[in-house]
Amino acid sequence: MSSRDQILTAVKANQPPLMTLPALDSFFESPKNELIIKFTQVLSSIGGSVIEVEDETEIGAFIREHYPLANIRAISPLANMQGIADRYEAENNPHKLENVELAILPAHFAVAENGACWLSETLLAERVLPFITQHLILVVNKNDILPTMHEAYQKISDETYGYGTFIAGPSKTADIEQSLVLGAHGARSLLVFLV
Amino acid sequence: MKTLNHAQNAANFNKDEKRVDWHDETLWWIRQKRDKSAFQIPEWESLRDAASAIKANTLSNLHQYLIEFEKNALANGVKIHWARDAKEHNDIVYGLLKEKGIDKMVKSKSMLTEECHLNEYLERKGIEVIDSDLGERIVQLAKEPPSHIVLPCIHKKKEEIGELFHEHLGTPAGNADPQVLTEAARIHLRETFLTRKAALTGVNFAVAETGEIVICTNEGNADMGAHLADLHIACMGIEKLVPSRAHLAVFLRLLARSATGQPITTYSSHFAKPRAGKELHIVLVDNGRTRQLGRAEFRNSLKCIRCGACMNTCPVYRRSGGHSYHNAIAGPIGAILAPNLAMKEYADLPFASTLCGSCSNVCPVKIDIHDQLYKWRQVLVKEGHTTTAKQLAMQTMATTLSSPTLFKIAGKTARVTLKYAPFMVNNKFNAWYLQRDMPKVPKSSFSEWYQTNRKQNEQ
Repeated sequence: MSSRDQILTAVKANQPPLMTLPALDSFFESPKNELIIKFTQVLSSIGGSVIEVEDETEIGAFIREHYPLANIRAISPLANMQGIADRYEAENNPHKLENVELAILPAHFAVAENGACWLSETLLAERVLPFITQHLILVVNKNDILPTMHEAYQKISDETYGYGTFIAGPSKTADIEQSLVLGAHGARSLLVFLV
Repeated sequence: MKTLNHAQNAANFNKDEKRVDWHDETLWWIRQKRDKSAFQIPEWESLRDAASAIKANTLSNLHQYLIEFEKNALANGVKIHWARDAKEHNDIVYGLLKEKGIDKMVKSKSMLTEECHLNEYLERKGIEVIDSDLGERIVQLAKEPPSHIVLPCIHKKKEEIGELFHEHLGTPAGNADPQVLTEAARIHLRETFLTRKAALTGVNFAVAETGEIVICTNEGNADMGAHLADLHIACMGIEKLVPSRAHLAVFLRLLARSATGQPITTYSSHFAKPRAGKELHIVLVDNGRTRQLGRAEFRNSLKCIRCGACMNTCPVYRRSGGHSYHNAIAGPIGAILAPNLAMKEYADLPFASTLCGSCSNVCPVKIDIHDQLYKWRQVLVKEGHTTTAKQLAMQTMATTLSSPTLFKIAGKTARVTLKYAPFMVNNKFNAWYLQRDMPKVPKSSFSEWYQTNRKQNEQ
């Protein structure tokens, strides 16, 4: 008998009688107001920044002002960012992204309770992009902020993706005597624009 | 080499009192962060109930969920392997590397591979493994195992880490600034991520309905490794399953808040399919889990989501350190998981507890940890895995307590002895006395006092 069959046989023999799954309906009753305030507050508390803007041109102006674009490699798939960042065509060669300083990416939606933004593979030229870049900027529609993770998973319940990730803040570690250090292996900073 | 038991290890750890205080306070601070975070969620207790019930359902239907997970993962283009024990798990990982001619691998945190002693096994086979979680890299350089499942080097002072980095990564001597040390590790490990063809990761959750796995990190190391390698191997215990994506919401809300007080880990990555032209292999490991599933009293330990909250709150863990448990998983949860793996070897662990119940109170999946510690003690005594001294003492106690005559004689003897010959009791052969003073001797027993007073009242 293969290991698979041995394990499955043992599981079947040892598992207890069926217990029912709990209903999760009550968790969908979190307040639906002040989501922008909540999201901003939470993301700021975990090392990220949030800026509300009227439209994407404002984003471009902000980035031009605050990043030394002439000297760094910036990448973005967003049409409105093409003046300041290169569009990167996926070549299945993530190592070419090694020297990216700034990535400006759209996110599908954000979650107010924990400051997370959801990006699935369709928004990424390469999966490694939001991690390997030194700095990360995400652009989210302000109407796409959901109260909690329950609404988040409801939204993607039927979606098919090869890869997707919730990103909440810059990469960080507190492994050395619990001192918080931003910029462990992933992006050193995270800025979210709410449009 | 004989492994020291928990009490002996704890005694060694306690030789440096200042360090124990520091360790204790650091972990308690994390426990307080957990509380602060949990109290912000009004439905926190309902979430814990739901998480526990979801895991109860998962364990009761695990056979079906495993088959469903395998089917969906295969349809996603993932390769699935099954390992009955640690050896088979290690062989599978080695086989995959060998087949591709890979002799260097980067690894992110996986307590399962610690349980299976994968690193040592691969090193013997000539494979270089570099741990990429900062805390794990630190203990790896120090040639030590992790002392905590979430905070692997919580026992280490920054000055010791500074020395290690000076020796191995060339940081300036005497520099113990966490910012400087983390930056040095970032540069060193970025080079590693960019040059490894294989990455191994753990798994936090696996979804039966979709065949995807979820990996949570703050550093981004699992993603850096997996997305830059040709071969991604993810190793998981069979109990990591959840039925569907909707259930992930409950667990992701609980996990980081319980672990460190964060609202969520920085990255919660969902891997469903391999990258185009690359490979994703998932190794499903039993290693004693089906046995534990069959033990009705200890089955709930399989609900564990490895947040570490029970360690941070445990008065014994905080004052004895993770290494005192001589097991990959320390603390209260480790003490109920380990005897299932090797009863004799870990027979000391269920006794490394005050049974105060704090662990059960913070557990996000409501495992009855302290009850299981108590139940393990009974099993271990019955199976003859406790010391003769303890067995004799307990038997004598039982006999004495069940006979009023013996009880009276024993009480009288104790009072007389403690009064006139305290050295008979207050000596190094009495383990109870080592950290405590013996109680002051009362003049009489309660029943003597009662009889005297009753007579006086009746008069």
